[in-house]
Amino acid sequence: MDFVTILSIFVLACFVGYYVVWSVTPALHTPLMAVTNAISSVIIVGALIAAAGADSPAAKWLGLLGVVLASVNIFGGFAVTARMLAMYKKKER
Amino acid sequence: MILPPTNTTDLSIVADAAHAVNPWVALAYLVAGVCFILALRGLSSPASSRRGNRFGMAGMLIAVVTTLVTHFPVIGPPDGSEGWPDYFSFGEILAAIAIGAIIGLTTARRIQMTAMPQLVAAFHSLVGLAAVLVAGAAFLNPGAFDILGLDGNILAVSRIEMALGAAIGAITFSGSVIAFAKLNGNMSGKPILLPARHVINLGTLAAILALTASYAHSNAAGPGENVLFWIIVALAFAIGFLLIIPIGGADMPVVVSMLNSYSGWAAAAMGFTLHNTAMIITGALVGSSGAILSYIMCRAMNRSFISVIAGGFGAESSSGGEAKEQRPYKQGSAEDAAFMLKQAETVIIIPGYGMAVAQAQHALREMADLLKAEGVNVKYAIHPVAGRMPGHMNVLLAEAKVPYDEVFELEDINSEFAQADVAFIIGANDVVNPAAKTDKGSPIYGMPVFDVEKAKTIMFIKRSMGGVGYAGVDNDVFYLDQTMMLLSDAKKMVEEINKALAH
Repeated sequence: MDFVTILSIFVLACFVGYYVVWSVTPALHTPLMAVTNAISSVIIVGALIAAAGADSPAAKWLGLLGVVLASVNIFGGFAVTARMLAMYKKKER
Repeated sequence: MILPPTNTTDLSIVADAAHAVNPWVALAYLVAGVCFILALRGLSSPASSRRGNRFGMAGMLIAVVTTLVTHFPVIGPPDGSEGWPDYFSFGEILAAIAIGAIIGLTTARRIQMTAMPQLVAAFHSLVGLAAVLVAGAAFLNPGAFDILGLDGNILAVSRIEMALGAAIGAITFSGSVIAFAKLNGNMSGKPILLPARHVINLGTLAAILALTASYAHSNAAGPGENVLFWIIVALAFAIGFLLIIPIGGADMPVVVSMLNSYSGWAAAAMGFTLHNTAMIITGALVGSSGAILSYIMCRAMNRSFISVIAGGFGAESSSGGEAKEQRPYKQGSAEDAAFMLKQAETVIIIPGYGMAVAQAQHALREMADLLKAEGVNVKYAIHPVAGRMPGHMNVLLAEAKVPYDEVFELEDINSEFAQADVAFIIGANDVVNPAAKTDKGSPIYGMPVFDVEKAKTIMFIKRSMGGVGYAGVDNDVFYLDQTMMLLSDAKKMVEEINKALAH
């Protein structure tokens, strides 16, 4: 993929993000932050690639540490979001 | 047709081959990205939100498994042709994931809902640091990331992406650490103002950009070569710290949202380096999300984003309480309040962070239950800055089992105060201060506030008549004819009202 293709995906995704986030109900803004936190840890992809690389031990250790940090966020972020969302209940009628 | 000279064709083929990806792999990352969009889309209503969260988990699983499969560690020559699977390294990676999972799940289960802003700030710092580590690893081992050019240097465009990704990540990290310390009380919420801080900050930012450009143009850019990269990272760590220390505790909701945005941009920058659609889509989503939340918070405080970032708010307000003339107010008892609440047709409760500090939310919900049993219509009114982060008050009420369809946002409920019999204010102050509408000299002038003064009766729970809200301004609502001041600890007062109601 050349740079302009990637940039196109990025710009379009920004527009998607803009409209999707405005449609989030204000009551769920805290879960929104928790879940965006979890998904931004998709950066783990880069850490996994680094951790699997054999050429540079230093890069490998940086990668492994990155995997630990991103995993804390992924598991913690999704779990705490699920915990919050489970509390939102409708009136019992 | 004239063919171009062969050697340039070769170059372009090789350069393309460096980024040739199996279409199925690219597709898997795209699916992961779409799952993340659906995760946010689900949050448009509480009913669909839990399914949305599962979409998010599915997307992450797809992204991680795809990477684990396509980048299985190999022992042997770096070209991979004669290598064999390195199960030991793979085990190390799984162990790293397991360690993270244990820490993450334990934290998520134990954390108190009042501490959610600190937790989110802590999580942001981890994303930021992870971005720095990934950029550092790409710098040391560019071959693994397919960003090594034919001249033995890292591709120039990748150098820019890496340096910016590392810089944004480092700013996110150190900024979030400070935000965490301020929210968690490890550090005073008061702004720390360095002399000439704007000059220092702008100078450092300019230096980061200049060094990035210089690194991109450098001829010494092989794997791990060129110390400029580390200087950029170090400067970015420093600037993250310097940017957040002058910002006061009251502005932390904006800061947390802003850092949320930065963590997204850091992920996007690394996505550019890795040509990974899942990372780019996610980065754009998270980046816009944080930016929109910062905007909403600023609007709710009538502050410009620039003035929040410039910092200093709340530095001088604490000294503002000089001896004022004592104005007459009416004090009521829990029994008086219970009697009037029972007679009311409609009660609108306005909770503020003080309620959460006093842990009064459960008693408050019991009060609402008792009133509903008497046939009273009870609603909750939430100001966007009622908690310590966007939507925080809604979570605190949901935790106390308040049904979400009884909870309303400022613009949806503000017209109803004129018909309300009682406006019940608990732990809030600035958000009901009419000075925001009338007094041009007030520090909160222009902030959208609740029209509580239109209600027939106002009940105001407050610890004492001294001590004012975050903005440090007096509130005319205390002295209105229809206002009954309930001076006590919020939880104790509500419990006493409940006792009186139960009779």
